Amino acid sequence: MQLILEKRAQASHFMHFASPLLAISLTVLLGGVIFSAMGQPPLTALYIYFVDPLTSLWAIEEVLVKAAPLVLIGVGLSITFRANVWNIGAEGQLTAGAILGAIIPIFFAQWQSPLALITMLALGMLGGAMLAAIPALLKTRFGVNEILTSLMLVYVAQLLLDWIIRGPWKDPHGYNFPKSVAFDGWHLIPTYGDGRVHMGLIIALLAALILYWLMTRTIKGFEVRVIGSAPRAGAFAGFSQTKMVWFCFLLSGALAGLAGIIEVAGPIGQLQPHISPNYGFTAIIVAFLGRLNPIGVIFAGLLLAISYIGGEGVQIELGISDKTAQVFQGMLLFFILMCDTLIHYRVRLLKPQGGAL
Amino acid sequence: MSAYEAIILTVITASTPLLLAAIGELVVERSGVLNLGIEGMMVMGAVSGFAIAQVTGSAWLGVLMAMFAGIAMSLLFAFMTQTLVANQVATGLSITLLGLGLSGLIGSSFVGMPGLKLGYLNIPGLSDLPVVGKLVFGQDPLVYISIALTIGVAYVLKRTRIGLIIRAVGQNHDSAHALGYPVIKVRYACIAFGGMTSGLAGAYLSLVYTPQWIENMTAGRGWIALALVVFSTWLPGRLAAGAYLFGGVWILGLYAQGMGLGIPSQLLSSLPYVATILALIVISTNRRLSVINTPASLGQGFVPDR
Repeated sequence: MQLILEKRAQASHFMHFASPLLAISLTVLLGGVIFSAMGQPPLTALYIYFVDPLTSLWAIEEVLVKAAPLVLIGVGLSITFRANVWNIGAEGQLTAGAILGAIIPIFFAQWQSPLALITMLALGMLGGAMLAAIPALLKTRFGVNEILTSLMLVYVAQLLLDWIIRGPWKDPHGYNFPKSVAFDGWHLIPTYGDGRVHMGLIIALLAALILYWLMTRTIKGFEVRVIGSAPRAGAFAGFSQTKMVWFCFLLSGALAGLAGIIEVAGPIGQLQPHISPNYGFTAIIVAFLGRLNPIGVIFAGLLLAISYIGGEGVQIELGISDKTAQVFQGMLLFFILMCDTLIHYRVRLLKPQGGAL
Repeated sequence: MSAYEAIILTVITASTPLLLAAIGELVVERSGVLNLGIEGMMVMGAVSGFAIAQVTGSAWLGVLMAMFAGIAMSLLFAFMTQTLVANQVATGLSITLLGLGLSGLIGSSFVGMPGLKLGYLNIPGLSDLPVVGKLVFGQDPLVYISIALTIGVAYVLKRTRIGLIIRAVGQNHDSAHALGYPVIKVRYACIAFGGMTSGLAGAYLSLVYTPQWIENMTAGRGWIALALVVFSTWLPGRLAAGAYLFGGVWILGLYAQGMGLGIPSQLLSSLPYVATILALIVISTNRRLSVINTPASLGQGFVPDR
């Protein structure tokens, strides 16, 4: 028996949207198998994982808090991947944004005005874009593979954060803990009511809408799609591959940097060695699950935010390692790529005797 | 043992995992496939090698299991990219993310356990020779395996019919297919070989380099191995030289930290990553070197039109 792919005459519109749902079902199914292999009741575990995060106000708030950075980074990456540019160093750009933005609360603590917060956010975007400019420059100037350089810079950025927070930027009255001073006043992102949901969520949704508009209603969006799917056609149309690499890296870097400063000025409230549970890498999954479409990314971001909270849930209630979240996320990306084959191909099982062609 | 001898020995132990992972990926890329999942295959090798060594009490069974784990992960990749023609970059990333998560889950019960260490080669007489004894005859067995694999790969690729087929498949899969070579099967085999050496590299970390299980203990070595393949311009000899150079940089950072020169340790820890970027720039600016050996079909999916 052999698997045979038959190319469809046209890409299947139905599978384009059904594929993520199929991938999610497969993930849940295999997730149940993994839970029972770990000696847990699979249905209970799956319920705690996927449904519990939506049953209490507190948990929904946490999901939204986690969705904000995922959507913000994910929309930038969705456009980048669409153009066939591979920025996989968003985690580093997030870190760089957090570092640069934190200059205001750490060195200008007295400056309390809405303008201070706006400056912080702008610096965050600048920091992310600056780090992302390095792979862009190396790619366009020397032809260096951007996948490897953007990833290497993640380690560099994280070590830089580790150094400044244990060294020069450490809170002098912090009992030698590796933490900066706690941000306060206008150096914190406003939250809604007394809860944890902050303005970052609105910023993320706005970014998604703006980029959706850019992709569907502007020449730039058209350029991204042409260069991504038919680079030669793009070249004949006069679209510059070099400019596209720069555009994608600066855009996705700035958004990752913004997510970074929002995290430290929001849920965390100060600079510390670990500021992100791999948001920058998880956002890659968000981008693919969201069909590389900014609106789709919003839903994908919510789902992956649930996977974080669900992972914490099974850890607390069943005592399973919180690594389950990472396993589920990896499986999800794996299955989505698998199901995406169905968009362009029909899969058929061929019996051996059917040798006549 | 003199200080220099000690430094050379540590450089070799730091270089061997890089060489093991990179030599497999070199074959994979020569066959026209870009597998970005090395980090994931390696970390799965590390955790399963450690776990089996703990359970059975035999480090060698651990090594064997690590090879199997690497192959298993690589076959997932092969099925996705060869049979289902999924995007190779994205699939490689998913293998890495999945491997990092799964290894953390499997390894959570092994954190902090003292590990088993693979013994050193000890040939009575030879290993006790002055100067060269320990260096040439007293390494752990995987060091010899890594060197043998490098020489073997160089020989097979350059001098044998199989090597010619692998290179043909990597240069132009349509022509290779037209000539009757089984493109997809060749690529499956190469990917599995890459998975095996990545698994070995992982076992080296958890059974020799630091005999214990630490989460994410590969620390980006899989990615550095990928960069090394580019740096080597797909030539095994240059790959080995590059691996030892990078192992040297890694150890340089560790030694400088130990000497307490007042340089922040984080700066020294970032050396291998910065060096990787610099090496990629150096090799990419040299168009002649970088283009001549690049497999022309690298990263492109192949669907036979029957």
